[in-house]
Amino acid sequence: MSVDTSEVRRIAHLSRLAMNDDQARDFAGGLSDIFAFVEQLDGAAIEGVEPMAHPLDAEQRLRPDAVTEPDRRETYQAIAPAVEGGLYLVPRVIE
Amino acid sequence: MEWETVIGLEIHAQLNTVSKIFSGAPTAYGAEPNRQACPVDLGMPGVLPVLNQGAVERAVMLGLAINAEITPRSVFARKNYFYPDLPKGYQISQFELPIVGLGHLDIELEDGTTKRIGVTRAHLEEDAGKSLHEGFEAMTGIDLNRAGTPLIEIVSEPELRSAKEAVAYMKKLHSLVRYLDICDGNMQEGSFRCDANVSIRPKGQAEFGTRAELKNLNSFRFVERAINFEVERQIDVIEGGGTVVQETRLYDPDRDETRSMRSKEEANDYRYFPDPDLLPLVVDSAFIETVREKLPELPDAKRARFVEQYGLSDYDAGVLTATREMGDFYEAVAAGCDAPKLAANWVMGEFSAALNRSEVELAEAPVNAEGLAGLLARIQDETISGKIAKEVFEAMWNGEGDADAVIEAKGLKQITDTGAIDAIIDEVMANNPQQLEQYRGGKDKLFGFFVGQVMKATQGKANPAQVNERLKAKLDA
Repeated sequence: MSVDTSEVRRIAHLSRLAMNDDQARDFAGGLSDIFAFVEQLDGAAIEGVEPMAHPLDAEQRLRPDAVTEPDRRETYQAIAPAVEGGLYLVPRVIE
Repeated sequence: MEWETVIGLEIHAQLNTVSKIFSGAPTAYGAEPNRQACPVDLGMPGVLPVLNQGAVERAVMLGLAINAEITPRSVFARKNYFYPDLPKGYQISQFELPIVGLGHLDIELEDGTTKRIGVTRAHLEEDAGKSLHEGFEAMTGIDLNRAGTPLIEIVSEPELRSAKEAVAYMKKLHSLVRYLDICDGNMQEGSFRCDANVSIRPKGQAEFGTRAELKNLNSFRFVERAINFEVERQIDVIEGGGTVVQETRLYDPDRDETRSMRSKEEANDYRYFPDPDLLPLVVDSAFIETVREKLPELPDAKRARFVEQYGLSDYDAGVLTATREMGDFYEAVAAGCDAPKLAANWVMGEFSAALNRSEVELAEAPVNAEGLAGLLARIQDETISGKIAKEVFEAMWNGEGDADAVIEAKGLKQITDTGAIDAIIDEVMANNPQQLEQYRGGKDKLFGFFVGQVMKATQGKANPAQVNERLKAKLDA
């Protein structure tokens, strides 16, 4: 499987990533190489093998339902580009 | 042409855990913006989600209550989309292997019959934050307190055939999550939200038509109105020669219409994949059994028991078990006065009317179960009549004390002394010789007149059964 530049552009758009023509070409090539590398797995004998959702053969651990995080809003907001009235500000988004 | 409506509902219920699904931040509603958003909720680099056991237990509870299969190994996936109230750029959800598989819910239709609605699945996921568009110059404010609140999304089969059925299903599920105490059910605060997939097809056709997804249906009334509007719109489109497009539409309650929000083709590419930060969730039978033990009596079972145990009609039992609180309240009243049918009539009648009039919730009612039972006990032992009881109830509701105190203070104790009643009857007969003559001359209808006069003379305090009996004896003497 290989990816062309239009596919790269579509994914970039969905991810809201800016990209020029040179970059789109580079990524199309690079991603295609990665897919080719992974495709070697197609040759593996996997009949009767159940797909794994995670490479570790382990189970999810659960935490008790308890509040452990204190309010540290001021610390977290110190690195935000813009805040007002406790809210993080971002460029206007309207659907 | 005759059209058939096809509706499937996706209901999001916020699970009432104290902490978030993947972090230890609190979930309480109404905090100042971002006071309850920790680095996991903010999507900071390097943080890892850890699953909340309380959320898993609640999801399993719901699954058991709708007779669904609990998936032994379910998987969390990333649903990728870009929006600023979702700082990670993906929502952690479940896709291919949800925790709750196929189940069902029985709804009651208007004609009294029952219809079984399939529940396709229910999965755990995290809620997003909130965007505030008003009040900022060219900016949007983001509050991430809600980000990471646990949700269970419950997806129905497309088996609902009218707006009324959709509402009945939604109400049934709402009652169920409240009974299970896994969600506070507060629709105004967004704890229980509904999206509806609506399509139409010519009656008799097997294939589904193209559906529109309706959002922003945050009340039972809106669900019904939005679906009805949308069905009419789709019929107009098709009968006008057009085609329905698959899209998301927003319901506007002010205008009572749905409006196109976005076309699905571009936006709906979520690129789901298993979340590498989370391992498969294993729910074994021991876990399921522990949860099963915590299950309360469910609405349908309680309703059947009320019919059986208290001799109520199925309808009355249904009204009294609509919420867990109402069921508990009724049982406390019935036990307190030892008159289950009288208790049912009062809880559904005077008491519910007073709740509506005062616009208060059951828990805040000025008359509690003990108080109401005390009043009904006085009807039972004939201290007061049912009519006087309404006056006493009114006073109790206004904070004038318990039933006995009100009866005492207002001198409302029923007159049951036969001698006293006889004396009043004699007086009434003496004061109304003309009517007495007419009655004895065969005008039976005047009996009611005499009853009225006696009741008036006693300010309604005479025991009605006794008045009838004594009056009959004396008039016909």
